[in-house]
Amino acid sequence: MANAIIAEQLGKTYGSVTAVVGLDLVVPEGTVLGLLGPNGAGKTTTVRMLTTLITPTSGRCEVGGIDVCAHPDKVRRIIGVSGQYAAVDDYLTGQENLEMVGRLYHLGKRRARQRAKELLEQFELTDAADRPAKTYSGGMRRRLDLAGALVVQPPVIFLDEPTTGLDPRSRLGMWGVISDLVKAGSTLLLTTQYLEEADRLCDDIVVIDHGRAIAQGTAAELKGQMGGEKLAVAVGDRSELVPAADVLRSVGVDEPEIDEQAREVTVHIERGTAALVEAVRKLDAAEITPTNLEIRKPTLDDVFLTLTGQPAEEQPGGTQ
Amino acid sequence: MSTALEAASDGWVVTKRNLLKIKRVPDLVIFSTIQPIMFVLLFAYVFGGAIATPGINYREFLIPGIFVQTVAFGAGITAIGLADDLQKGIVDRFRSLPMSRGAVLFGRTSSDLINNVFTVIVMSVTGVIVGWRINEGFLRGVAGFAILFLFAYAMSWISAVIGLSVKSVEVAQSAGFIWMFPLTFLSNAFVPTSSLPSALRPIAEWNPISSVVLALRELWGNAPAGAANGTGFPAQHPIWLAIGWCLLILVIFVPLSISRYRRAASR
Repeated sequence: MANAIIAEQLGKTYGSVTAVVGLDLVVPEGTVLGLLGPNGAGKTTTVRMLTTLITPTSGRCEVGGIDVCAHPDKVRRIIGVSGQYAAVDDYLTGQENLEMVGRLYHLGKRRARQRAKELLEQFELTDAADRPAKTYSGGMRRRLDLAGALVVQPPVIFLDEPTTGLDPRSRLGMWGVISDLVKAGSTLLLTTQYLEEADRLCDDIVVIDHGRAIAQGTAAELKGQMGGEKLAVAVGDRSELVPAADVLRSVGVDEPEIDEQAREVTVHIERGTAALVEAVRKLDAAEITPTNLEIRKPTLDDVFLTLTGQPAEEQPGGTQ
Repeated sequence: MSTALEAASDGWVVTKRNLLKIKRVPDLVIFSTIQPIMFVLLFAYVFGGAIATPGINYREFLIPGIFVQTVAFGAGITAIGLADDLQKGIVDRFRSLPMSRGAVLFGRTSSDLINNVFTVIVMSVTGVIVGWRINEGFLRGVAGFAILFLFAYAMSWISAVIGLSVKSVEVAQSAGFIWMFPLTFLSNAFVPTSSLPSALRPIAEWNPISSVVLALRELWGNAPAGAANGTGFPAQHPIWLAIGWCLLILVIFVPLSISRYRRAASR
């Protein structure tokens, strides 16, 4: 399978500020790569370099086998870009916005109009087709912007934080749209700061922080690095923490961790529900009644915490 | 399609997009119509009696001056439009499309020119009502309007460079216009240059605004007699000087805008 996107040692600096450094990416055709990182990690800068909007200060990149810096015009013909700030003209209607994009891709007048209609239909915007985009909700604007990226059905699509700022329902809708694109065979690079989103949509994930890739793999591989599932037992009284830890030591595969604050003991387990059942029996025998008992699957949040030492959402912002 | 045709088509698509905005926000049109009418009436009736223009009625003298001032200010909206597009991110969409690089600028300056043409039509009607006439026949009348619009278009490109250089729409709103006050008032637009202090007179006479105004007055038969027109080369060759100024502005500011656009948009 050919690679739709390749970046080699890609870097961008603004004066003394380094936005992206030494980034390597490979996205095979028909797959989805998630660029996951907090605000200011360099995600947008990376997308802007790959989509010809800015010139890298080091390294090189290819889209659809075409060198981006050498032939930006050729690259623009095969990509669709939907940005973080929906690039929609407020004063034009949905129909006019998409027709304009179609005309600028040099579709004929009639073809542009036809395509705009199809896209509005596909993105459930037909009812709002003749209203200025100014009157659209955040979710509708995003859908319109994404539709603009798909006017010529480009083989490679870049989505920069497609769901940032959307309410949960609009986000689900957007995920549905993105899944459909993938099913239709497009290659996608999407950036996100939502771990759940990357988990759900991406074949491969590159975790990026301070402009550097700090981890790469499938969601399962990244989670695997965290040591698998954990059993968590919360108790009503602090005095029960140590006896509970003794029980879990015999069930788990490593030394239990005690969180005094949360009155909770956790331990890594290997046998899933069997370990849970065993723990219930032993806790009962030890006359400990847990206030909560659960198996925790590692989330990408854990991944982020382990890799950067900070939760994903609370990183200090750098430059975009 | 050939590259040149594609570029023209892209420019026209962007022009139409800009014009649609004017249609959607009709307040813009209403105010850009009221302002020139107000100017014509205020100057004609407030200053009309106080300013001496030998050999010609002040109102006839005034109208070409007001036209030139108004299209210069009208060109100032180019700065606002471009700053707005840059700020809103629509330029990112344009730049990710396989469209002609100059289309955003040509589209913007063209739609602003169309806007200016509309304003001039409104002002001409107002002018005729207060007593202004084109006294030199149809062809010279058309030639005058052609120079006026060439000047308006050239001014749009200066304004484009300003819009692409500032960081926000708010700054564009003042930076786009502030320099036009001294430029238009230090000219022959409202008063004969012979009435200015002798230190300012050469500046006013060589001011491109004065050349354009004087060219219109000559072509339309609205010029005062003798020394009130000014002295020296600018007074003797206003038409060619006016065209020369416009071309010079275009030769400098079109390439400058395009390079600014590339830089501003690729930050």
